[in-house]
Amino acid sequence: MSVSTAPLTETSFALALGLLMLAPLAVAGMALINTGLGRSRSAAQSILGSMLMVAAAALAFALLGATFADSASGTGHVIHLAGKQWNWAGTGTIGLSGFATAPARAQLGLLFQFLAVALAVLIPWGSGADRWRLPAGAAAAVVLAAIFFPLLAHWSWSTGWLAQLGANFGLGAGLLDAGGASAIHVLGGLSALAVVWIAGPRRGKFPREGLSTAMPGHNSIYVLFGCAVAAMGWLAFNTAGALLWCDVALSTLPVIAINTWLAAVAALAATYTVTRVRFGKPDASLCANGWLAGLVTSSACAAVVTPVQALLIGFVAGIITPLLVEFLELGVAIGVHAAGGIWGLFAAGVFAPHSGQVLAQFVAIATLLGFVFPLIYLAFWLLNRFVPFRVDADGERIGLDLHELGGNAYPEFVVHRDDSYR
Amino acid sequence: MRYAGLLVMPAGFFLAVAAIVLFPDPARRAVFLIAGLAVEAMGLGVAMRGHMQSQGEHRS
Repeated sequence: MSVSTAPLTETSFALALGLLMLAPLAVAGMALINTGLGRSRSAAQSILGSMLMVAAAALAFALLGATFADSASGTGHVIHLAGKQWNWAGTGTIGLSGFATAPARAQLGLLFQFLAVALAVLIPWGSGADRWRLPAGAAAAVVLAAIFFPLLAHWSWSTGWLAQLGANFGLGAGLLDAGGASAIHVLGGLSALAVVWIAGPRRGKFPREGLSTAMPGHNSIYVLFGCAVAAMGWLAFNTAGALLWCDVALSTLPVIAINTWLAAVAALAATYTVTRVRFGKPDASLCANGWLAGLVTSSACAAVVTPVQALLIGFVAGIITPLLVEFLELGVAIGVHAAGGIWGLFAAGVFAPHSGQVLAQFVAIATLLGFVFPLIYLAFWLLNRFVPFRVDADGERIGLDLHELGGNAYPEFVVHRDDSYR
Repeated sequence: MRYAGLLVMPAGFFLAVAAIVLFPDPARRAVFLIAGLAVEAMGLGVAMRGHMQSQGEHRS
């Protein structure tokens, strides 16, 4: 999927801009979900942290990241290997200089990336709930927005080597990922895994004896409403991404929106059924994550599948998610975004009407798991030496609202002891 | 164990890149790509197991 440099028509420009104005709803939805899934004594810190992460990411991306992401110039830093060009980083100007006069498509692409990086950094923030310090979260957001996200954005949405797999090696149309399953969700999910491994589990999650403790979110309404809000943002990301990165005809946008919606509802129905069968009653939190997993899978494949295929893909995502969360004890951020994103990338390859497409998707998945993830872990491990990720035991006991902000989100609530969860 | 797993994962990535560079034949490419992914999955599994073991040792 090599980005087109043809000028946008006025209609396409206006439509893409209008859609991108709705994309921040995905960010708002994720912030609500993260807050609702955490404890009440860290709620204000969680939502403020979401805003801080978005701010830190936007600054880092504007000052440095956009240079590497560069979807405007059509050039890049190139390595010559085996007679082919491997374009690994953009060659944009530092600090966005000159973007005001760039072509309309390049400006919209940059806006898309600003909103996408905000969503990507919120995923690890959710996985570090109730123990990840604000300064450490902001520092991690800077690292992701300045280095990892821009590289993946360039590789998949510009003239980067993954986008050129079709032209260089005959692998379908190159990486197909209009909505950002790789650059947003798998990147965010793998970062979440690195955060969990480095910061460790929440205090009391794994007691000395017996099974791990279930720690339900403090507000299911936030979580479920956040899912509904996020869906609007996803519709915007998937349709605007298809316009900008795949150059689809305007007449295909309704199908892309329907595919996004069908993947989400099929995933919700599947998770509802699985949790109903396993626990006797449906689990609201897992159902919310099933819905989100359906949306995540649609990011990769909504632009290239039929509605029936979108239903099937969402249904499988809805079955996988609760099982991963339950049996592997993966956090929801990892189970939903990393696993859902990888499944979406694979499904796009299987169902896309291009020969060899699935191999291009395999190369992208191999790059994310085998190259990006170890580097993220290394970067976060080093960062943790300078800006410790985890709050001290006392801070975790009293809650991050009091510890980091000096006041609770719900001052009239009684704060429960850790053992009250058991 | 976690670090061993993380060190194995890039081997799978290089196997995948080698597959597309060295084999023009789609069948061989596919086999080597899948082998690369399998190596990565193995590395991730080892790293995850190492993480779970260290969690067990630090139960609070």
